[in-house]
Amino acid sequence: MVSSPTSLPSSEEHAANGGLVSRRWLLRSGLVAGAMSASGSLVHAEQLRVPEWSSTPGLKMTGYGQPSPFENSVVRPALDLFPEGIGDGSGVSFTPLEKLAGTITPNGLFFERHHSGIPEIDPAQHQFAIHGNVKRSLLFTVENLLRYPMVSRTCFIECAGNSLFNSMDEPQQRTAGEIHGLIGNAEWTGVPLRLLLDEAGINPDASWVLAEGADAAKMSRSIPLAKIVDDEAIIALYQNGERLRPEQGYPMRLVLPGWQGSMNVKWLRRVKVLNAPVHTKDETSKYTLLQKDGISKQFTYEMGVKSVITSPSPGMEPSNPGLHLISGVAWSGAGRIKRVEISADGGKSWADAIVDQNPASKALTRFQLAWDWKSEPAILLSRATDETGAVQPTRSKWYEPYNSNQLFHQNSIQAWSVSSSGGVSNVYI
Amino acid sequence: MSTFKASCLSLIWIASAIASSSAQQLGKTITEADLQQWDISIAPDGVGLPQGQGTALIGKELWENNCQACHGENGKGGPAGNLVGGIGTLKDKNHEKTVGSFWPYATTLFDYIRRAMPYYAPGSLTDDEVYALTAYVLQQNGIIDENTELNAKTLMDVKMPNRDGFVQYWPVQPGTK
Repeated sequence: MVSSPTSLPSSEEHAANGGLVSRRWLLRSGLVAGAMSASGSLVHAEQLRVPEWSSTPGLKMTGYGQPSPFENSVVRPALDLFPEGIGDGSGVSFTPLEKLAGTITPNGLFFERHHSGIPEIDPAQHQFAIHGNVKRSLLFTVENLLRYPMVSRTCFIECAGNSLFNSMDEPQQRTAGEIHGLIGNAEWTGVPLRLLLDEAGINPDASWVLAEGADAAKMSRSIPLAKIVDDEAIIALYQNGERLRPEQGYPMRLVLPGWQGSMNVKWLRRVKVLNAPVHTKDETSKYTLLQKDGISKQFTYEMGVKSVITSPSPGMEPSNPGLHLISGVAWSGAGRIKRVEISADGGKSWADAIVDQNPASKALTRFQLAWDWKSEPAILLSRATDETGAVQPTRSKWYEPYNSNQLFHQNSIQAWSVSSSGGVSNVYI
Repeated sequence: MSTFKASCLSLIWIASAIASSSAQQLGKTITEADLQQWDISIAPDGVGLPQGQGTALIGKELWENNCQACHGENGKGGPAGNLVGGIGTLKDKNHEKTVGSFWPYATTLFDYIRRAMPYYAPGSLTDDEVYALTAYVLQQNGIIDENTELNAKTLMDVKMPNRDGFVQYWPVQPGTK
């Protein structure tokens, strides 16, 4: 059934204040697009013309396809951490979340975080070593690894510093991607690390490993062996079906579903099996959470349950009153997303959003809900719950143990203020 | 041999063939000596610290030539952030996280300088120079004096001011999530 203007949601269909329409109405409408086209459909169309591209043959094939030139504004905004000439290549670029749909992040738009630029690695010369507390130290080439049985796993990778702009005292006016886009979601294909550790023979008293990259920073993190043995650690060679991009760790990276991004070590050159963590620079001076009492939490690996509304959001603003689709993404490092609620009145009332019924574990999950906006000011929030029962906290709740400049593992609720003219801005509630 | 026995044996043969093909065993054995240039991580137990030594006095000149442009004169005020100062400020709202005020282990400082610094030429310093620069950063933070010689043994005697300032969340304790 495709909706007509006569099937616009009545006030009985409203699930919460501010025009949030019950998800049942949208589900009953069958096609989301059909329902959403209900507003403004009485305007009479002009007579159709045949465009130029329908009158002449198009372009030839290409070796590697590129997006339409009309989509050239869909890019990763980059942020250098230091002035020009200082630490060049060390920085971040953000996935433009608000310009994407579905759940998979295209490879060219997947966020970046480099600690010393992107190494240009010749795969024929790259080598990967397993050593330390093992029976046999082993060295592998890329060609070797390509001959092992592989697994595929769709999961997100999120920088532990994601949403860092919301750690500032005043809300920053940036897009959803520029605030929350240090995350991407992809299908990773590669060799289970456990398979290679078994080949080397882990000694029974081993409990940790060190993973180290081949970049100029030799980025290194300690990882509990339990994550590798019990869970799903993969040495990924492919991302979304093609070989990794250089900025994602070509020719190989570690993927640890649900855990801090920097532990998913790129350009992986070495795994050393150990009996204790190394306390590297990036697990002591960084990626630790300093609390008000002066004590810092360390080894807080799992990324918390989180969500963000990507439409409406700054730059993705409602232009006229009527029915709109609220859409966004949710995720949790602990497992599957079970529920996402939306509020249009700053958290006084909530409505359940439509969430994928069978979401992948530790992966981006899309949610949506119809919104009957009457040009009234609104404060839009989304609040995710995962299968362990963990609920996304408010910003003030999240900050209780921390001073406001603590920026790691920021998973608090994002509030978007919508003005009566449709402008969307970042606010703290 | 009975037919039954023969077919059992051939089943075993097939099973072991599948097992060996799923465990490819393509890794080439390598000795720890061959790994020496890669095996640069230094944990708080100090295992693997190389021979060599240096003092802050020697480190000062190395600092000015290799580090100061990014990390500032005496480790303060540079564009890449302060490495010196802030000790005792961690409970304040405007605290300062530096090597001196925040880092729990001196081994991490040695590891990181040797691994990744200077930014545009990592790996270019000798082990003596890494000891000397480690000593300089610690001395500027008031943790050792300028004549203290750091080596594989004395580095282990350094207790960082924030050594006990961390609580480990792995494995996650019940009720702390």
